[in-house]
Amino acid sequence: MTAVGDDGFLEFDRVQKSYDQQTLVVREFNLSVTRGEFVTLLGPSGSGKSTVLMMLAGFESLTSGDIRLQGRSIARMAPYKRDIGMVFQNYALFPHMTIAENLAYPLKIRKRPTAEIRSKVQEYLDLVELGAFGNRTPAQLSGGQRQRVALARALIFAPRLVLMDEPLGALDKKLREQMQLEITRLHKQLGFTVIYVTHDQTEALTMSNRIAVFNAGVVQQCDAPDVLYETPSNGFVADFIGENNFLPGELVGLTDDVAEVRISSGDVIRTRRADADRLGMRCQVSVRPEKLFLMPSDHAFDTKFTARFTNKLYVGDFIRYFFALPDGTELVVKVLNDLAAPDYSEGQEVTLVAATKDCSAFAPHRPVPE
Amino acid sequence: MADAATTPTDMRPATPGPRATAATADVALTPAERRAARAELRRNRLMAFLLVTPLLVFLTFAFIAPIATMLFRSVHSPAVAELIPATLERLSEWDGQGLPDTATRTAFASDLRTLFAERRSGRLGEEINRVLPGASSTIQGTARRLNAEDPDAVAASGAEMLSALNPAWDQPDIWRALQRAGQVYTDRFFLTALDLERTPEGAIQARTSARIYIDLYTKTLRMALTITVLTILLGYPLAFFLAQQPSGRANMLIIFVLLPFWTSLLVRTTAWIALLQTNGVVNSTLMAVGIIGEPLTLLYTEFATVLAMTHILLPFMVLPLYAVMKGIDPSYMRAAMSMGARPIRAWWSVYLPASLPGLSAGAMLVFIISVGYYITPALVGGTDGQMISNLIAFHMQQSNNWGLAAALGSLLLALILVIYFAFDRFVGASNIKLG
Repeated sequence: MTAVGDDGFLEFDRVQKSYDQQTLVVREFNLSVTRGEFVTLLGPSGSGKSTVLMMLAGFESLTSGDIRLQGRSIARMAPYKRDIGMVFQNYALFPHMTIAENLAYPLKIRKRPTAEIRSKVQEYLDLVELGAFGNRTPAQLSGGQRQRVALARALIFAPRLVLMDEPLGALDKKLREQMQLEITRLHKQLGFTVIYVTHDQTEALTMSNRIAVFNAGVVQQCDAPDVLYETPSNGFVADFIGENNFLPGELVGLTDDVAEVRISSGDVIRTRRADADRLGMRCQVSVRPEKLFLMPSDHAFDTKFTARFTNKLYVGDFIRYFFALPDGTELVVKVLNDLAAPDYSEGQEVTLVAATKDCSAFAPHRPVPE
Repeated sequence: MADAATTPTDMRPATPGPRATAATADVALTPAERRAARAELRRNRLMAFLLVTPLLVFLTFAFIAPIATMLFRSVHSPAVAELIPATLERLSEWDGQGLPDTATRTAFASDLRTLFAERRSGRLGEEINRVLPGASSTIQGTARRLNAEDPDAVAASGAEMLSALNPAWDQPDIWRALQRAGQVYTDRFFLTALDLERTPEGAIQARTSARIYIDLYTKTLRMALTITVLTILLGYPLAFFLAQQPSGRANMLIIFVLLPFWTSLLVRTTAWIALLQTNGVVNSTLMAVGIIGEPLTLLYTEFATVLAMTHILLPFMVLPLYAVMKGIDPSYMRAAMSMGARPIRAWWSVYLPASLPGLSAGAMLVFIISVGYYITPALVGGTDGQMISNLIAFHMQQSNNWGLAAALGSLLLALILVIYFAFDRFVGASNIKLG
C-alpha cells in the first residue's frame, strides 16, 4: 500500500451545510484522513457527498463546523489558495487549449520556468500514456483519454490533496474498469491523498482504502471496503453495498454479540448483533446471497431455516436460486455452477444454512433510493 | 403536405435491411433497386426545395431585388438624358474646352424652351443644380424668358439669346455640368458620397467645399462603436449573472430582458424624450437635488442618441451572450480556480475565450444594427446626433436625390461587408454563435 501516515492530515470537524436555511443537506460530518489515503464518499444522488466535496474544494461555504488541512483551517480560504487538485466528471478540459497547454495551465499560474513546465508536461503526459498527444485539442480525444488528461492536470502541480467528483461517471463500463486500474496505479506510484466521490459501489470497493457511506446528509458508516461489506453497521449500508437478502422477523434474544431473530417460517436465526437492540422489536436479518448455503452443505454453519423453492436462474458461472418465506419475502441464494448444484421442484421445502457471523440483525431501514 | 411528410418516415425502417444485406453479402444493387433509391433521393430533394421556396420567393422580392435596385440606382441616372436628348448628343462631341459650338447651344435653347412649355424645366434645373450649385435659377430664369420668344427665332439664334439672357451661358462650367449630368451611367453619386469631385479636366480630387459625408460616416462608426462597447459593458455582467441562476429564475429574469421587445420602438424612444428634454425628468430631478442650477442640454445631442440606442440594442447583446454562457460548464471556472488561478485570471484565460462566440455575435449584431439605425437618431438626435441613415433618408424624401441616397446606402453596405470580413479574418466568423 501507499505510505500512509501523518494522522489527521485532513479533518472534517462537525461540518454542516444548509442551502435554504431550513434543512441540512450535510449533518454532523466528521472524518479524519491520513496522508496518502484514498477515501471515497459513496452514496445515492442527493445524499450530500458532492456537497462535502464542494466545501472541501472551496466552491461552497460551510454553514457550521470546520475543515482543517495539515492542521490549518481552510474553511474560509479562497479556492485558488487551497492547493487542491480536482478532477471533474465532465473532465473540464479547456476546449480552446491543447492538451499540453491544459497541463501547463497550473504551472504557468505558479510562474514556473518555461523549461521546467515543458519537461513536467511531457513527464505527466507519459505518465498517463498520452505522450504523443500534447498538440491535440480535447475535442480530438476519446472520453477515456480526456479523463486521463484531466487526471494528469490535477496531479501535475503536486497538490496537497486530489479531489475526484464522479470522474468515471461519463465512461462506459469497460473504460471505467480500465480507468479504475489507472487511478489505482497512479495512486500507488505517486502516493497522493485522494477524496473520491461516486455513487458506484463497485468503484468504491475496488479503489478505496476507506469508504464513507452517505445517506440523507449523514455518514452511515466509514470503514475499509471489506469491513463495510462483511459487517455493515445498519440496514442502509447492508442494502446499499452489494446484494443482500432481508428477512423480516422479531428480535427474541440478545447477548453481547449475538442476536436471535424469529422469522415468519418460525425458525430462529442466530445473527451478529448490529443496530437492532430492543427485545421484541421488529427487525430484519440480512444475509448475502453467496453466504447462504443449501443443505446438504460442506460449509460450516451454525444457524438454519427452511424456505420454499420458487425458481432458479441460470447465469453461467453460477446459478441463482429463489426461495420464498411464508410471509412472501423473497430471497436469493448464489450457488457455484458445479456438480453439487441441486435440482428442486417448485414448492419444495429446502433447508438453508449460514454462519452467524455472516448474518446481521438490523432495525428496519427506509429503502435505498434508486 | 401530410402525405409527403410521412413518406420519408415510412421508408426509413425499410432502408437498413436491404443495405445491410448488400454490404455483408457484397452484392450490387439491381437496376430496379438503384432506380428506386434514386427516385427517393429526388423526392427528398424536391421536398426540401418546396419547403424553402416561399422564403426564396419572398427574399427575392423583398431583399435581393431592392438591394440590386439600390446598387443600380447609385450609378444609373437617366433623368437628364431623357429631358434633353438632342443637346446631349451634340455635347458628346465637345471636348470640354472653351464653349460648345453654336449649333449645340442653339439646340439646347430649343430643348429648354420646349421643356418649359411642358413644365419640366424645373426638373432639369434640380438635376443640374446637384452638379453645379446655383445652376437651377439660371436655367429656370432663362427658360421662362425663352418661352416668351418665337420658337423659330429660338431655333435660328438660340445661342445668341442664351448669351443675352444670362452671362453664365458664356462660361464653360454650366455646359460641363450639363454634359456630366447627362451621363446615364455615372460615378458622380459615389464621388459626392465620398466627398470627392472632378476637376474641369476630369481628374478626381477632394471636394473643395465642406466635407460632409466622410465626417458623417466616421461619426456613425464612432457612435456605433461606442454603443457596442456600452452594451458589452452593461450586457456581459448581466448575462454572466443570468447564466449562473437556476433555470426557473433565469427564465423569469430573461423576460425582463425581452420586455423592451414587446414595447414599440417608438414608445421607448419617446420615453427618452420625456426623460431628457429641458424640463424632463432628469433635468428636474438634478435641479431639485441641487446638483445643477440650469437645465442641461441632453436631448437632441449625440449623447441622447447613444444613450437611447444603447438601451434599445441591449437585448441584442444580452441574448446571444446568455445563450452561449448557459452552455459553458461551470466546472471550467472551478477547474481553473482549483489549479490556483484567481477569479479574474480564471475568467480571462478560460471563461472569456469560451464566451467569445456569444460576445462576437452580440457585438456584430449591435454594431451592424446601430450603423444603419434611423428612428432613434431621427427622434432624439437633433442635428448633432444624426447618423448616416438619416442623411440617406433626407436625400430620398426631401432633396429627392435618389442616386446619392443609393450611393450612400451602397457604401454603407460595402462598409459593413468590409467590417464583417475583417472580423472573419481576425476573430473568425465561425466564432459567432447565437446559442
